Amino acid sequence: MNFHTSLIHRFENEGTQFAYVTSSAAVVQLDQVSTGILDSFSDPEGEDPARWLESLDKELQQETREAFDELAAMGILRPVGAPNAPPEQLPPMPFPLSTLVLNVTNKCNLSCTYCYEYGEDRIAEPKKPDGTPRLPMMTPETACKSIDFLFESSQGRSGVSITFFGGETLLNFKTIRAATEHALERSRELGRSVGFSLTTNATLLTDQVIDFLVEHRFGINVSIDGNRLDHDRHRTFSSGKGSYDAILPRIRKLLEKNRPHGRPIGARVTLTRGMAPVPETFHHLAGEIGFDSVGFAPVTSAEDHEYALGEGHLGQILLGFEDLAGEYVEAALRGERHAFSNLHDLLQEIHQGINKAHPCGAGLGLLGVSTEGELGLCHRFVESGEHALGNIEDGIDEEKRSEFLAKTHISKKIACHECFARPHCSGGCYHEAHVRYADATQPNLHYCEWIRAWTDLGLRCYGKIACGNPDFLETFNQATHPPKVATVKDEVTP
Amino acid sequence: MRHIKPINQKARMIEERFVGPDGTVSALADRIPFGCSTVFAPGWEVDSGGGTYGLCTPIERDLYDCYHSCYWPAQVPDALTNFADWSRSCGAPVQDWASIDLVFP
Repeated sequence: MNFHTSLIHRFENEGTQFAYVTSSAAVVQLDQVSTGILDSFSDPEGEDPARWLESLDKELQQETREAFDELAAMGILRPVGAPNAPPEQLPPMPFPLSTLVLNVTNKCNLSCTYCYEYGEDRIAEPKKPDGTPRLPMMTPETACKSIDFLFESSQGRSGVSITFFGGETLLNFKTIRAATEHALERSRELGRSVGFSLTTNATLLTDQVIDFLVEHRFGINVSIDGNRLDHDRHRTFSSGKGSYDAILPRIRKLLEKNRPHGRPIGARVTLTRGMAPVPETFHHLAGEIGFDSVGFAPVTSAEDHEYALGEGHLGQILLGFEDLAGEYVEAALRGERHAFSNLHDLLQEIHQGINKAHPCGAGLGLLGVSTEGELGLCHRFVESGEHALGNIEDGIDEEKRSEFLAKTHISKKIACHECFARPHCSGGCYHEAHVRYADATQPNLHYCEWIRAWTDLGLRCYGKIACGNPDFLETFNQATHPPKVATVKDEVTP
Repeated sequence: MRHIKPINQKARMIEERFVGPDGTVSALADRIPFGCSTVFAPGWEVDSGGGTYGLCTPIERDLYDCYHSCYWPAQVPDALTNFADWSRSCGAPVQDWASIDLVFP
């Protein structure tokens, strides 16, 4: 039986060779003997190990055979013809929830030009199936019922996460406060933990709101696109006036009050055509304003929008990411944290060896809730009839949920089976696919090259840190205490 | 492991499953579908696709993999020299398994 090298991605750091094994997401360092074997077995037709071994010098055979066994155990060498596709193994259903994203309002006090909630790419339907309009604000009662529903639907988990989303989330602070207090009370009764997060445009961060968020240790993401010029280009009030000057003093106050005890506060940048280079934006937000972390996400849009990113723009963004990654690694080698959160998150996934069967938790551990208590795949899909998954009164539509998860399992995404980056990407965002291909179950083939280049960059950074300061990687070890609160990083808000 | 060094948590998990107390990589029969009767480890029984899930049943794996892709003398005729046509009457084992006859050396 012939053997050949399985789907792996090799990378190096100053002569040290590494391999990322796609079938498992394992990262290993290779010695000279194992590197030599991989070179000899790289042909897809494979090689007969017995014949090949006999062709080597006698004194090398024992050592080579040992290395061969190790590579095979790690899944790096496989018999030719062994299936390359990931196994079709669906999670046991009904899968317990861990996070609910409450869309506490679909109203916003800004009119960002790229917002999918209001633009051409909108999928939310303003009217319910019976033809009546949806409430613009979630009532405290619906929010509290949603929380009861979450505790009931998350049996077996020690803790749950609640994320507030919008519209502009803080337009409905009344409901956020009621829901938070109710969730804390329930968590005390049940002896389970609860964490909170929200995304906001920062326009409504009053002292009272800030104190409340800091006191309850909210994970906070602020939507801000960089310096005044870049931010005000798209993130405007309905009058067309930019929002930068309105939010800056509020953000500074939030950061100042949160710093002593709170969780890190993130800036969430939506990347659009014509923006300043990524490192410049990063230094403005992390250095000059003082955000604890800064994350970037390309705008989700159909190709023809004036703000949409083309191939060339994505390439520039990657170069910017490469610069920031260099800074991140330098900091890591000194044992210091760096605020570039895209890379931080990627390194964490690489370190833990996350191997995704689905691109994200939507429909799995996470669901979105509309202002009326309807359940959707995630916050981006609530109020879309096609993607509705029941409601908090009657529960989850388990049949539809299972059907969707079966369709979107990585084993069904044939194009991904030959891609080394699939443990990280797994086909990408459902909403992005819906906007591009009008089908949420499709893999996002329009950014494959970019994802592969980004994953490669992450692996190279990982290799550098593994060589220069391996202790730093231990900070990425999976926590054994309650689950990390999911912070939704998104551009819908405002 | 002596030649590859697990770096991330996943690689360490895999190593823990395979490496014995003396540091050598143990036989893989019950672990990973990865190969059958290579010179290095005779007797790791997997099917020709590298899987183990159907070993012993159904019939096509019990007999056919031993016969076609990895000769296993205790169970099937010697396909290499004396009984090369043994399975000719059995195009689709799931249906035709009963047409396979005994051999009498």
